[in-house]
Amino acid sequence: MKALLFLLAPALLFGQPAKDTCLECHAALDGAIQRPALLIKDDVHTANGLSCADCHGGDRTSDDPSVAMSKAKGFLGKPSRMAIPQFCAKCHSNPDFMRRFRPQQRVDQFELYKTSVHGKRLAAGDENVATCVDCHSVHDIRAVKDGMSPVYPLHIPDTCGRCHADAKRMAKYGIPTDQLEQYLTSVHWSALAKRGDLSAPQCASCHGNHGAKPPQVESVAAVCGSCHVLFEQLYDKSPHEPVFSASGGGGGCIVCHSNHGIHQPSTAMLVGPNAVCSQCHEPSTTGGKAAERMAGWIDTLGASLKHSDEALARAERYGMEVSEAQARLMDGREDLIKARLALHSFHPEEMHKPIEAGMAIAGETLRAGQAALKEKDFRRLGLAVSALFIAITLAAIWLVLRRLEANGSGYLEAPPRN
Amino acid sequence: MTAKIIRWLDGRLALSSIRELAAHKTVPVHSATRWYYFGGITLFLFGIQVVTGTLLLFYYRPTVAEGFDSVRFIVTRVEFGWLIRSIHSWSANLMIFAAFVHMFSVVFTHAYRPPRELTWASGIVLLGLLLGFGFSGYLLPWNQVSYFATKVGTDVAAITPLAGPAIARILRGGDDVGAPTLTRFFALHVMVLPMLTAGLVALHVALVQKNGMSTPPWISPSRVRQMKFFPNFFLREVMVWYGALAVLGGLAAIFPWELGVKADPFASAPAGIRPEWYFLAQFYTLKLIPSHVWVFEGELLGIAGFGALAVCWALIPVWGVNRAGEARMRLVTGAGIFLATYLAIFTVLGYVK
Repeated sequence: MKALLFLLAPALLFGQPAKDTCLECHAALDGAIQRPALLIKDDVHTANGLSCADCHGGDRTSDDPSVAMSKAKGFLGKPSRMAIPQFCAKCHSNPDFMRRFRPQQRVDQFELYKTSVHGKRLAAGDENVATCVDCHSVHDIRAVKDGMSPVYPLHIPDTCGRCHADAKRMAKYGIPTDQLEQYLTSVHWSALAKRGDLSAPQCASCHGNHGAKPPQVESVAAVCGSCHVLFEQLYDKSPHEPVFSASGGGGGCIVCHSNHGIHQPSTAMLVGPNAVCSQCHEPSTTGGKAAERMAGWIDTLGASLKHSDEALARAERYGMEVSEAQARLMDGREDLIKARLALHSFHPEEMHKPIEAGMAIAGETLRAGQAALKEKDFRRLGLAVSALFIAITLAAIWLVLRRLEANGSGYLEAPPRN
Repeated sequence: MTAKIIRWLDGRLALSSIRELAAHKTVPVHSATRWYYFGGITLFLFGIQVVTGTLLLFYYRPTVAEGFDSVRFIVTRVEFGWLIRSIHSWSANLMIFAAFVHMFSVVFTHAYRPPRELTWASGIVLLGLLLGFGFSGYLLPWNQVSYFATKVGTDVAAITPLAGPAIARILRGGDDVGAPTLTRFFALHVMVLPMLTAGLVALHVALVQKNGMSTPPWISPSRVRQMKFFPNFFLREVMVWYGALAVLGGLAAIFPWELGVKADPFASAPAGIRPEWYFLAQFYTLKLIPSHVWVFEGELLGIAGFGALAVCWALIPVWGVNRAGEARMRLVTGAGIFLATYLAIFTVLGYVK
């Protein structure tokens, strides 16, 4: 037993949690001063073995508050809003320190922050702007990948919107406050929230996070192009690029697609009462006619593919094997996507190739679907003919049997009962 | 000329004795005569399986790379390939159903009594072989559902005490269902099982021929009319076969057997994976048994239970007959009703849940 205790002694000694009088005292207090002690259990810093004194200084081992929170012990207290970025940066800009916890952790957040609109305004004395704790929270700071973190991709729109959708707060900056409202109607939010695609764009994807600032006219296409690569390449070579870049209001992709409230594109953007093309091109002009032609092609291909899909689905419902044609139809849908992509060159002839290929596939798969439906009819006709033949044969056998057994022949009667 | 040929053949094949046999063979006519047809239907459907299976063999390729595509080729490109494949699949299911009906009709009419013990035993083995046909044939199209159902099926085999892991390994040709499993199942399906089945069918039919058709014990054989087998009963049987053929054609034309999606061993198992209907009752029972019952593993207990049940069932001619050779009718009928009800209810539950 003694030997066992001896062996376990180091583990027992080092296994004891270090004394933390900050937590002990603050947890026993009431109101706002108690709050950090209650929140800290969920904090990523706590999970990594850090405690109050690691940020706020002081001596956590002393039971005497005057010693624990003495300047002599390095106590810093609550930092002012102006000092928060540097306060966090003490560790987060120190690669050697950060490497102890996570070797791949970035340490440039503070440098980026200084280049952001938030950072610049704070440096100019505006305490109303966002600092680290406004986005990451304080004392219950969670890792970005934690689903409950305010900077988890799904929560970023709300986190940014807390300030940017607050008209009162934004009044003095003269910037709009409808971005969140618009974003919540967009395809991007739909992909993020409804489809659960965490890589779908949210505020920080386009504006950056620590270095947040609005993209300038010359960089809008590049921002969108960071995901929509091929669209950007075509747009850069298109006749629209120099014109849009020279215009006000952001330029680039947002001229047609807007920025925060980007909706599912359709050919209604090309022709019709709400067409964006008609804002610059009269319908009777070359540009207007080109837009109408391109819209017609896309609509025709879309409708043809839908028609083929319906024919194949109908055949499949009858149990016909059409999986090959259905797989081929996927190629047609891909051609439709390619045509929509080629539209961004704004040269109708660029769309010709995918439209023609898609139409060929639509025709081929429609024929396959129709053939399957025809085959279904043939099978049923064959069944009816076979059933008739079988019925006639059965009737013939029955007649033969009747004739055979007309006078009781074919049966051997049982002997009479006694 | 024809008479000359017949005489020549008669001299070599003793055709007259077969003719003699056919002329004198009779079938008892009573209230349960209709159940006699189910043996014939099963045999007819087995014949359909042999013919359609042979035709499928012309195009089917038993490899992981080509199995699924070759079946797709059969149903989409080969003239009437869809019909042959659909009839083969539907006929397999109807054959097993007919075999079950035939078995229960034998139990309820107590036809297992002496001297028909061997007929009963060969019939039970034949039913097992038909289930083997179903299990092995199910994998051959190599689609997603059949792949995962075979995984589940061979996993169940692996639970069997002592020989289980070895049986599963032999069936799979490795630790998991894969290319060797497909070739093994193919060999079983087109060579081993057909040879065994053909031999046993011959024995079964010969025993029926030797002992004649059984009359239920509540009917005195000497008190029933007898129908000539040929042509009277035979023509009726042909009518039933034609009816079965019409049903098969209808099912194949209106509900062509599904091809599914090519098996992907790396994909997750499709939701609601379950075996063919004739294994559903056992499958659902295993699902209901808790993981541990007292000190035993639940699944192991279930498998042992099925094994014991099968042995008891096969031994009906032993415990279902008294010393005088008469059927213990109440006991056997009760057991038959119990088993039929269990199979029906659990099959439906397995399908619905």
